[in-house]
Amino acid sequence: MDSHTDFIDAAARVLGLAIEPAWKDAVEANLAATLRLASAFMDFPLPDEAEPASTFTA
Amino acid sequence: MNGPWAQASEIAAAVHQRHASAGEIVSAALARIARFNPALNAFTDVLTERALERAQAVDRNDAKGALAGVPFAVKNLFDVAGLPTRAGSRINRDRVPATRDATLISRLEAAGAILVGALNMGEYAYDFTGENVHDGDCRNPHDRERMAGGSSSGSGCAVAAGLVPLALGSDTNGSIRVPSSFCGIFGLKPTYGRLSRAGTFPFVASLDHVGPMARSARDLALAYDALAGHDPDDPVCADRVADKLMPLLDRGIEGLRIAVAGGYFRAGNFPEAQSALARVAAALDAKIEIEIPEAARARAAAYVITASEGGALHLDRLRKRASDFDPAVRDRLIAGAMIPAAMVVKAHKFRRWYRGQVLELFARVDAVLAPVTPCAAPRIGQKTLVLDGIEMPLRPNLGVYTQPISFIGLPVVTVPVPTEPLPVGIQIIAPPWREDVALRIAQALESKAVVRAPRPALG
Repeated sequence: MDSHTDFIDAAARVLGLAIEPAWKDAVEANLAATLRLASAFMDFPLPDEAEPASTFTA
Repeated sequence: MNGPWAQASEIAAAVHQRHASAGEIVSAALARIARFNPALNAFTDVLTERALERAQAVDRNDAKGALAGVPFAVKNLFDVAGLPTRAGSRINRDRVPATRDATLISRLEAAGAILVGALNMGEYAYDFTGENVHDGDCRNPHDRERMAGGSSSGSGCAVAAGLVPLALGSDTNGSIRVPSSFCGIFGLKPTYGRLSRAGTFPFVASLDHVGPMARSARDLALAYDALAGHDPDDPVCADRVADKLMPLLDRGIEGLRIAVAGGYFRAGNFPEAQSALARVAAALDAKIEIEIPEAARARAAAYVITASEGGALHLDRLRKRASDFDPAVRDRLIAGAMIPAAMVVKAHKFRRWYRGQVLELFARVDAVLAPVTPCAAPRIGQKTLVLDGIEMPLRPNLGVYTQPISFIGLPVVTVPVPTEPLPVGIQIIAPPWREDVALRIAQALESKAVVRAPRPALG
């Protein structure tokens, strides 16, 4: 898996998060695990019309 | 009555018949908590004065409710008037104290139950272990070197240890079911939207549920009947009539088509979970095996939604007080806050597709059995599980069987199978709004003594 260091640095700037150097490896490992799981359904074919399962009703 | 092991239904009956007073029962519960909690670490707050006052009021009142005199406690993410709602964290202790109780506390007390305290939990409910760096780890009463399970750790421990017959927990990905499995008790995660979450500290709004934990199916039904009902203070709480479960509880299982979940739910089980499932399936004569389609993707999507919504919820605290989090929780939340939106939207689209697939299954069966956890309670501090020679990380794998179910809000009753040396739970999964089906099956299993809450020797 490619390193996500640049992405984490950029996202932290956008989100206003100060990540201490000692935390970075753990943040990166968690992000990599989550992205790996996301890839399990990102390629799952669904039509454009598929509705998200949101619960809001007006 | 059976001392500390009396069930809520027995306590209420004794108080109704004036064989016991609420004052005596609550005093005994408080004494037991004082004696055993230091070693178990289930309670973070004990409400002695409030509980004794409330017990006196119950004893004075001639109209006794269905839960008259029943002591109960709540996971400390429920608002309790006068306490800051800490949700297992250090940061939340600086909140102003809650000005009123959570809706579900008020409903239990309106039925005569008496709140005796607030319970330990994993930080911000992002936990399956029951470990807590701020309040100390909650201990499993069957073996104090083992995990109580999380995140409703104190709820599982307090009920299993006979400190209270009834507790409330919350379940986003398994947080009622996992501690119920490890501690050997009954837990009800109702349909998403069934019970009010008003006055509880959130985690993942899309997935958060609340529900009761007890030492019998009957007590779950009794509590549910007091808890259910629309609440405009929780926008997700369904405006839909909830049938009373107590009159349905003893109807038996004749005519119910009960299946065992195969495929994904058969992989990765330790022998104790396999044997517990086999015992329950045999007792129910459940011979059909069905495949819940795409359960692995469902679990992945629940994981992504959880990380993302959790990260968003805590973003401001991550900016201002990052070092006050449990580091393991903080680093997951920071990563969660960075997940691209496209992934979260896709996860929600997948959620609806998957719901449709699973609802089709329920045209063919009335309930599905599956393990709760892959194993009985691991040792506190344990980081990995080794199954068939393969080592895998422990924390995320404790929820593999619970996450694909709560992802689409199905009601589940967790039943305790008294395997040795430690109990382990089985999920009875029903279609949406059919808590009655799952509880009838749990009651049938209990009446056959296939499932029961084992009593730990506390010394």
